Amino acid sequence: MSLKTSLLAGVALTAFGAGAALADPALIYDLGGKFDKSFNEAAYMGAQRWVEETGGTYRELEMQSEAQREQALRRLAESGSNPIVMAGFAFGDVLGQVAPDYPDTKFAIIDMVVDQPNVQSIVFTEEQGSYLAGVMAGMASESGTVGFIGGMDIPLIHKFHCGFAQGFKSIQPEGNVLMNFTGTTPAAWNDPVRGGELARAQISQGADVIYAAAGGTGIGVLQAAADEGILSIGVDSNQNALHPGQVLTSMVKRVDNAVFEAFTAGTDLEPGIRVMDLAAGGVDVAIDENNAELVTDEMQAAVEEARAAIASGEVTVHDYMTDNTCPAS
Amino acid sequence: MKLTDSLTAILILAICLIWLIADQGAAMQGINSAIRLMTPLLLACLAGLYSERAGVFDIGLEGKMLMAAFTAASVAFVTGSAWLGLVAGIGGAMAMSLVHGVASITFRGNQLISGVALNFLAAGLTVLIGQNAFALGGRTPPLAGDARFQPITLPFAPELRDVPVLGQLYSQLLSGHTILVYVALLAVPLTWWVLFRTRFGLRLRAVGENPASVDTAGISVTRLRFTAVMICGLLTGIAGAYLATGLSAGFVKDMTAGRGFIALAALIFAKWRPWQALFATFLFGLLEAIANLYPNLDLGLFTVPSQFMNALPYILTVIILAGFVGRAIPPRAGGEPYVKER
Repeated sequence: MSLKTSLLAGVALTAFGAGAALADPALIYDLGGKFDKSFNEAAYMGAQRWVEETGGTYRELEMQSEAQREQALRRLAESGSNPIVMAGFAFGDVLGQVAPDYPDTKFAIIDMVVDQPNVQSIVFTEEQGSYLAGVMAGMASESGTVGFIGGMDIPLIHKFHCGFAQGFKSIQPEGNVLMNFTGTTPAAWNDPVRGGELARAQISQGADVIYAAAGGTGIGVLQAAADEGILSIGVDSNQNALHPGQVLTSMVKRVDNAVFEAFTAGTDLEPGIRVMDLAAGGVDVAIDENNAELVTDEMQAAVEEARAAIASGEVTVHDYMTDNTCPAS
Repeated sequence: MKLTDSLTAILILAICLIWLIADQGAAMQGINSAIRLMTPLLLACLAGLYSERAGVFDIGLEGKMLMAAFTAASVAFVTGSAWLGLVAGIGGAMAMSLVHGVASITFRGNQLISGVALNFLAAGLTVLIGQNAFALGGRTPPLAGDARFQPITLPFAPELRDVPVLGQLYSQLLSGHTILVYVALLAVPLTWWVLFRTRFGLRLRAVGENPASVDTAGISVTRLRFTAVMICGLLTGIAGAYLATGLSAGFVKDMTAGRGFIALAALIFAKWRPWQALFATFLFGLLEAIANLYPNLDLGLFTVPSQFMNALPYILTVIILAGFVGRAIPPRAGGEPYVKER
């Protein structure tokens, strides 16, 4: 009899334990893969920091193909994960369809706005971070020509270019910003060979600082810039260490902070749009021991000045995605 | 037959001349870039040429190059030697070729399915092994120094720099590439000689047209086809190594980015002949270089977007395939596994 009760209690306990585990948060990585040294890995770092600080556990899924998105979302929602954080604008359409089916589950999407009562849309003001990168490029460029190399030709990447161009023009109003996109398909994120050739093409047109917002393609851009002896600017995570002394800075996007905060909020996640801007520490330019020699005191001062001007509203950096035009190009 | 060849040659010459007259500095840059971009295409195209001339279709060029790029970058990083990387790249691609050969020659499987499977295998395996070995998301660490093939200056190039036209072309266009570029260029006459001037070449072409007659002559169809498929592995191996250790400095997942398929298009464009393969791949490289230098090419009357330039290789191939300009006839026994007796 007592054996039976303890068994029952044990079963009940396990069930309870499982129930508690099911309320864990979940994180879905986009196609780039978890360890891409960039966007997805930043999300992973944020989740790991949450684990270290709270001792909690979370579930994670890595997308292998476009077709898995809806299935992955529904599976996590049905297994009771809450909140579910997804890294990547590409989840937008699918989340718009799935979120109404699970009103009790909270979702957070990074880089996209999905207007649903149980969704928090986390957007970064890449144009502000890129503006600061543009200011640094303006201070560093001697030829008056800088370059921008984007990955896939989508409005989000034009946003990086537009902020960069505005920042550069604030220092060198007569300067020239070259712009190239690697391609129009997702393959454009992983083509370092073409990235390198694009960089060489821009260098031959006089560019002496090149900003790459192109995922794996950017590796080729930074490499070509280092080989040709000019400066480059990394993106998303801190890429200064890839070529110490030859990467001017990196426009970092604190995806890790976004994930950490969403996990910490848990089921109390606030729906609506959350803007991770310069003031909130969502975006910034990376300065560390690898680029310390490149960043002069005047450059540092110019960056701080621009930062203050953006914070006070004195300078408004135009967001390309609001009207698909760029005033500075 | 001759019409397409002369049209291609005229097109290449016209583009180069107009460009040189319009902006010599940019044209020199662009043609240099075209040579670099041509090299992996040319090697893969010649690789496909051997295989398909022997009657084994190969749409797995992409996967073989990808595998070779990965093994080359990994070994070059570990050993610090680009040459050992090259050997590893060739080894990786030949291992893939062996699988293709066993599946489609020995077991008479469908050559297209085997090729597709190899492409998927390479895409998955490279990232999986890469992540386990280096924990960089499937990337290899960046290569530096001797782990990369460095550009070499051809003899007398600096001295001839001031000689008009020929000296300039030699010192500014031909000189200053990595050694694998010259390997690719030398592979063209070598392939022509092997295919059209040796007994092996005659048999290789015959086995792609009519394997039964080769068999009747007492020559092993299986061995000939395996040899062709392994040569294909050798050349794609060099192509992959060039991508990872010559053009860029390390492996990034899916870094071939469709070049294996453009090489197949070039193979059709060239109608399975070596010199024409050189012209076709150079034309394709030239188009990509133009698209890179001029995202929006302003021709005065209208503007050509870079997307159109990037699509042009495929458009040209479709035009050739459709028979508007000349006709592309593949080897007759291509795609058919050889069955000795029914």
